[in-house]
Amino acid sequence: MKVEDFDMFSTLLKQRSGLVLTKDKAYLLESRLMPVARKWNMKGLEDLAQIVRARKEEALLRDITEAMTTNESSFFRDQKPFDMFKQLVLPKLLEARSARRQIRIWSAACSSGQEAYSLAMLLQEEAPRLSGWKIEIIGTDISAEMVERCKTGVYTQFEVQRGLPITMLVKNFKQNGDKWQISPQIRQMASFREFNLLGDLTPLGQFDVVFCRNVLIYFDQVTKGKVLEQISRVMPADAVLYLGGAETVLGITDRFKPLEGQRGLYVVADSGAAGAKSKAFG
Amino acid sequence: MKSCLVVDDSRVVRKVARKILEELQFSCSEAEDGKKAMEACALNMPDAILLDWNMPVMTGIEFLRRLRKMTGGQGPKVVFCTTENDLAHIQEALSAGANEYIMKPFDSDIIQTKFAQVGLL
Repeated sequence: MKVEDFDMFSTLLKQRSGLVLTKDKAYLLESRLMPVARKWNMKGLEDLAQIVRARKEEALLRDITEAMTTNESSFFRDQKPFDMFKQLVLPKLLEARSARRQIRIWSAACSSGQEAYSLAMLLQEEAPRLSGWKIEIIGTDISAEMVERCKTGVYTQFEVQRGLPITMLVKNFKQNGDKWQISPQIRQMASFREFNLLGDLTPLGQFDVVFCRNVLIYFDQVTKGKVLEQISRVMPADAVLYLGGAETVLGITDRFKPLEGQRGLYVVADSGAAGAKSKAFG
Repeated sequence: MKSCLVVDDSRVVRKVARKILEELQFSCSEAEDGKKAMEACALNMPDAILLDWNMPVMTGIEFLRRLRKMTGGQGPKVVFCTTENDLAHIQEALSAGANEYIMKPFDSDIIQTKFAQVGLL
C-alpha cells in the first residue's frame, strides 16, 4: 500500500471512530478493506483511496469505518466484572435508588451485544428483588450492522459456548438450525442503537452504570481523555464505570478515580463541591 | 494437580483434548468407550471427565447414569463434548447429572471457560 494511501485511511479512521492505526497495522487495513473495495466494484485499495479522496460519499466512508472496527465479544466476558456487578454494584444501587426505583445501564461499544444480554440474563435471575423496578439496558455501537445483529439476538453455536454456562443457554435461548436466538423475554430487557462515542453523549441521558470495556485501547491518549470526560458527563456522582482489564484512567483524566479494592471499577472523582461525592460507592 | 479422564472413541479427539487439558495443568488419562471409562473410574475416580456421547460398547450418557450411581461417582465434574447439539440432548445430559456441555467443534477457549465455570480452574 502506498504511504499516502495509508495516511489518508488512518486519518479518516481517526476522525470517524477514534481508531489509531500504526504503520505495522497496514496488513489489517488491506485485509479488512478489500471486501469493501469489492462490494463497491473497485479493483483494489488504490482505487478505493482515489474514490474516497475524490468524493466523500457517506455510505462508503461508513463501510470503511465499520470494516475496521473490532467486534470481539463473548458472554460474561472476563466473568469477574459480572460477579462484582451482582455482589457489589447492584446491591448498592438498589439502596441508592430506592426512592426512584430506576436504574439505567449502558453497554458502550456493545459490538454483537453479548455484554448487554449477559447483564439482562443476570438481572433476570435477580428478578424477585427487582419487582417494581424499572431497569434499562442500552447498548450502543458505531456499526449499524452490529446494532442490527444485537436486535435479532441470534448467535452461532461457537458464540453461545464462549462464557455462557449451559444452564443459561438452555433457559434463555431457542435453537434455530445451527443458530441460537435469545428469548424475547431477555431481548426486551435491552435496547440497541447506533451511536458514535466521539460525539455528544448527552442525548443518551444519564447512566448509573457504564460498561466501556476494551474500547479505549483503540484510541490515542487525547481521544481516551475526551471520551472519558464525555462519559463522566452522563454519569451522576454515585454512578460507576467499568473499564477493561488493560485499561485505566490514571494519567488520562482526573474525572474518574479507581474504586478502591475493585479492579476495573471507577467512580466519578470528587469535584470538590459539597455533596458531589459518590454517595453509593464513596 | 487435578485429574481428567478423556472419554472419546476418536483417538484424534482424545489427543487434541488431552493437549489442551494438559496445558490447563490437568493430568490426563484416556478411555475409548463408556465401559473402559467405568473401569478407569472404579480404579481411580478422576476430578473431571470430558465425555463424548456416541461411542461403541457403551455410550456417554449410559456411562454417566452408571457413574452417578457408583460409590464416589457424584464427585467428578462431567463435561459432555459431543456433536449432538440439540436442546433435547443437552437437557437429557443435564438431567443425567452432567455439569457442563460442549458442542463440537471445540477449541481451547471453550474448554477453558467451561472448566472454569464448573469450578475446575
